[in-house]
Formats: sequence, C-alpha cells, structure tokens
Amino acid sequence: MNWRETIRTGWDAVRSHRLRSGLTMLGILIGIAAVMLTVGLGQGAQRTVTSQINALGSNLLVVTPGSTTGANGVRGGAGSASTLTLADATALASHDVAPDVAAVAPTVQRSEALTAGTANWTTTVVGTTPEYAGVRARTVAEGRFLTTDDVTAHSPVVVLGSVTASELFGGGQAVGRTVNVAGVPMTVVGVLASAGSSAATNQDDQAILPFTTAADRIIGGSARTAVQAIYLQAASNEVLPGAYQEADAELTALHRITDPADADFTITSQQSILDTANAITGALTAVLGGIAAISLLVGGIGVMNIMLVSVTERIREIGLRKALGATPSVIRRQFLVEAGVLGLAGGVAGAILGGLAAFLLSHAIGQPIVVSVPVTIGAIVVAIAIGLVFGVYPASRAARLAPIDALRSE
Amino acid sequence: MTTAAGSPPGRAEALIELVGVGKTYRSGPLEVDALRGVDLRIDEGEYVAIMGPSGSGKSTLMHVLGCLDVASTGSYRLAGADVGQMDEEELAAVRNRRIGFVFQQFNLLSSMPAWRNVELPLSYAGVARAERRDRALAALARVGLAARAEHRPGELSGGQQQRVAIARALVTEPALLLADEPTGNLDSAATTDVLALLAELNALGRTVVLITHEEDVAAAASRVVRILDGEIHSDTGAGVAA
Repeated sequence: MNWRETIRTGWDAVRSHRLRSGLTMLGILIGIAAVMLTVGLGQGAQRTVTSQINALGSNLLVVTPGSTTGANGVRGGAGSASTLTLADATALASHDVAPDVAAVAPTVQRSEALTAGTANWTTTVVGTTPEYAGVRARTVAEGRFLTTDDVTAHSPVVVLGSVTASELFGGGQAVGRTVNVAGVPMTVVGVLASAGSSAATNQDDQAILPFTTAADRIIGGSARTAVQAIYLQAASNEVLPGAYQEADAELTALHRITDPADADFTITSQQSILDTANAITGALTAVLGGIAAISLLVGGIGVMNIMLVSVTERIREIGLRKALGATPSVIRRQFLVEAGVLGLAGGVAGAILGGLAAFLLSHAIGQPIVVSVPVTIGAIVVAIAIGLVFGVYPASRAARLAPIDALRSE
Repeated sequence: MTTAAGSPPGRAEALIELVGVGKTYRSGPLEVDALRGVDLRIDEGEYVAIMGPSGSGKSTLMHVLGCLDVASTGSYRLAGADVGQMDEEELAAVRNRRIGFVFQQFNLLSSMPAWRNVELPLSYAGVARAERRDRALAALARVGLAARAEHRPGELSGGQQQRVAIARALVTEPALLLADEPTGNLDSAATTDVLALLAELNALGRTVVLITHEEDVAAAASRVVRILDGEIHSDTGAGVAA
C-alpha cells in the first residue's frame, strides 16, 4: 500500500468520525492559534521597538556620565555624576582625535515651563549644538534649526517640537513668535518635523536651545559647563566600533583614568540599545510562546488519547486488515497517518484562526501583530509533527496486535 | 464412510501438509493443548469440512491453516512453503496471496462501499488502483452482486454481505479459500445460497476448507475431518477412524 493510498485511508477514517476528530483537532487548533498569536505579538513589539530605536538617528553612540562613588563607597546610579564637560565634546569633535566620529552634539536637558501669551506648557528643554539635527535625524518643518552663530552668540532662540508648538500656539504660526522658557524670552526660529513618539519620550514634545544659551540662562551656576549626554555620529556603520574605541580612549585620557573599571562615563551604541530591547521582547515572546506551547502539548495528548480509543474500538478492523495481508508496518503507517492528518487539519485550522485573531486583535489593541509566512508554515509543520509524535504509541500498539486476538474480540 | 473424494499421495499436488502440529496456549500458570500432533494433508481442488464441537480445537486449526497463528510444534507447509519459518511480514504476504478468508461475522468495513471492501486485499498486494477496481467489480460479478458494488455493508442483507466477503476472499485468486462458520449468522435461504456458491467455486478448481459445527453444512463438502480434544478424530478422505 503506497503513501497516497495510506493517506486516503487515514483521511477516510478521520472523516468517518467527524465529531471525535473535530474535538481532537480543537486541542491542536487552539494551541497553534495561541502560539501564532504570541509569537506574532512578540515580533510586532520587536519591530516597533527596532523602528523607534532606529529613529533616534543612525550610527549613533551616546556618551553619558558614569556613576558617582560616595565617600562611604556607595556607588550611585549611572548618570548620577556630572563628569562630562563641553571640553570633552570639543575634544571628540576634533578630527585628529577621533577620525571616525563624523558629528558631535553635546546636550543638557531639563524640564521647564514654557509660556506664550496665556498658553502654558511644561516640556523637556534641550541645550545643544547645530549638529544635533544631523545626529538625531531631525529635520525642521518650518523655519530653521540652530546655527553655529546662535551658539557662539548665546542667542535667545528656540526650536520647538511639533507638539510643543501646537500646544503653545494652537494651529497658528509659531516661527517668529516669542516664548518664555523658564521666564527667559526666546524667539522661535523653527519647528521640527514630527518624528513620532516612543514609549519613553515624546520626540515631538521638546524645546531646543543653543547649548550656550541653555547653560547661561536656564542651567546656570557651577553646573553650566557640565554635559548630560554627548551624541556621537560615526562616519558609517562600518567604523562604528572604531568611533567607539576612539571616543573611549580620548575620554579615558582626558579624565585621567588608569583603571577602565573606574571609568566615569559610559558609551552606549544604538546597537546595544537595540540588542537589549530585542533581548527583552525576545524573552517575553519566549515566555508567552512557552505558555502557548503547553496548550499545544495538551492538544497532542488529546490526539494520543483519541488514537488509543480508536485502536481499541477498531480492533476487529485491524485484525481483518491483517488477515487480508496488511503487514505490521502498514498498520502502523495507517494509524500514524491518521494522527498526522488530525495534526495537519488542526494545524491549518489553527493557522487560519490565529491569523484572523491576530488581525482583529492588532486593531483592537493598536499593537502590531506580525503573522509571517515562515511562522505559519512552521506552526502547521509542528502540528503535523505533534500528531505524528503522539500517534507513534497508539500506532505501534495497533501494529503489534496479533491478528487472532484482534479478530476474536467481539 | 466413503473414500471417493480421498486423496491418495501422489495423485494431486498437496496444498496443505501438517505434520505433528501442536499448539499450546499458556494462560497464566495453565497450559492448554489446543492441538495435539495433528497430521493433515489437503490436496489442491479439495472441498474439506473441518468439524468439531466448541473447544475441540477446530478454531485453532483454522488459525494455523490461515497463518493467523503459528504452531508450537510440528511443521506446516502451505503450497510447498514452510510457514513455521516465516516472520510477521512473510506471513502477512502469504495470507494476502494464498489465502482468502470468509468469516462468520462477515467482517466488512462499514464505512466503505462493497467494491472498496473487495479491493482491500489488492491494495495490500500493491496492485494499481484502476486494476484493483476492475478486479473488485469482476469478483462482485462472480458472486452475483455486480449491481450492489456501490452499496455499503449496512445496505445489504446478511447473505449479500457474506457474498461480498466471498468476493473479497476471491479477488486475489488465492490457492485456498478458508471459511470459518460462513453460514453461522445466516438464515436457511442465505445458507443454501452461500454453500451453493462455495460448491460452485470448488467445482471450478478452488480448494475450499470450511470450518463448521453443523452437520448439514459439512455435508456440502466432499471430505469431512472431525476434531476432538485437539486431535483428528476421523477423516473421511484419509479413511482414518481413530
């Protein structure tokens, strides 16, 4: 009996017990749909996070101050020290020191109240240099970005995020208007194009000032030369590691650090942020997928259960087939195929249900759920495999039945 | 007793040769000798009835003859091949090619139409699909059920079902037709019908071995072998009366 024949026999057997086969398939179906949904959710989250991180700018390195270590030896959190200075940024901008670094943007930032007329809005005020636009991949929708002259002249000018602009000026023209930043009047010279928001920060809600203006007028005091973060853009993706090395070496020398463990700064690459984020979403997907896989396992046990019932119930049929010349291996194959057909049918139905649920759910929760072709095919293959694996025992029981015992049973 | 249908050695080819066949079943600590030193020779073209009360060992003999079970002692040659030396796969092939079974319970698969029941042994023999259908329909025609090919067993009478089963037994052109109480579930009209069919097949040269406990059914055969307590009690063919 060839394979096509065997598959036809298996399919006939599944079809002749519709209700039972349907219930068995339901177990597989729910498992497959659950796995597809969770994996899709994980992949969707991963895609969102990746695009958000890529939107930060390309080939980006971020230098942040390291941790402080108090007199009692207690180490503060990263960023608690204010060890980065404008001098560091200037040094890194030098082509001789760091040839692989294309652009440098030092930043300070703090939350401040902005007022324009009667409108009042609290947002993140960022003090930086003209390079910021390129490094962070921002463009202006109206007006212009900061210029080198603005920085050298400590000009009282500001570039607003699109959300900030509309909060302060409604739908009206913002460029040319005056806004009070922490009580200091500044002229709006530009409005940024929208960059979208991430879960952590709204990139469209900020006010960008020349670094010097922010240091003098907003920050002030002894902290005025301190820098909160230096954004570095590597010349290309290939030289990103080089840029990292150069920045690290230069800052280590400038800060007179002898032991790398005592470094008072941290350099983070976009890739490392991405890796961390992917690791988190990946772990989440694995956990959810694992829970879904358990339901698939339960479905598989259901297949085994039904196949065992089927073998017992069809003991006479098995005996007859053996009397007519079916070898043990043919009988084993017949029951294996039957279990595989149950798995296949459950898998296909589960994939359809999973795809449908992903479509509906992603609209309901506003989170993308990725249903990819490889995952769908993989799910169906897994469903068949589950049917086959859990069919092995019942099938070999059927194959081992002695023909007379099988024929004798009433 | 008559020896008219006897089979003196050398006259015809021996289809079945049992020499000192014994079968012992072990159920827990008990050993039951179902067959004890059975010698039996059946030639090609014979019509033999094996008779005996229940528990006599006639079913065990039928299982051994049908290669559904293997003898514990002694030797069994079917059409010259030593069945005792065969493994499961080879026994399955022998059942498929050399033996056609007819059971008391018909044993038709209720989910399939008659012709697909009949073609089943051919599918295990690896015959191509188109040829299988042709041969199944021919076998059904042979038993007078050509018009019922598409009917499922549930739509047929008992006698018709048994005729489908006979068609299934015939379809592989086996050397031996082994019928185990083929009329046990049939009324008298259907019994006559089925016995007539078996006699007709034998007349055309097919070897038929019939297991029964009914005298009038056994009377249809040309030779009667009686089994009692696992031994051959009498054999009209060999002229042995122990």
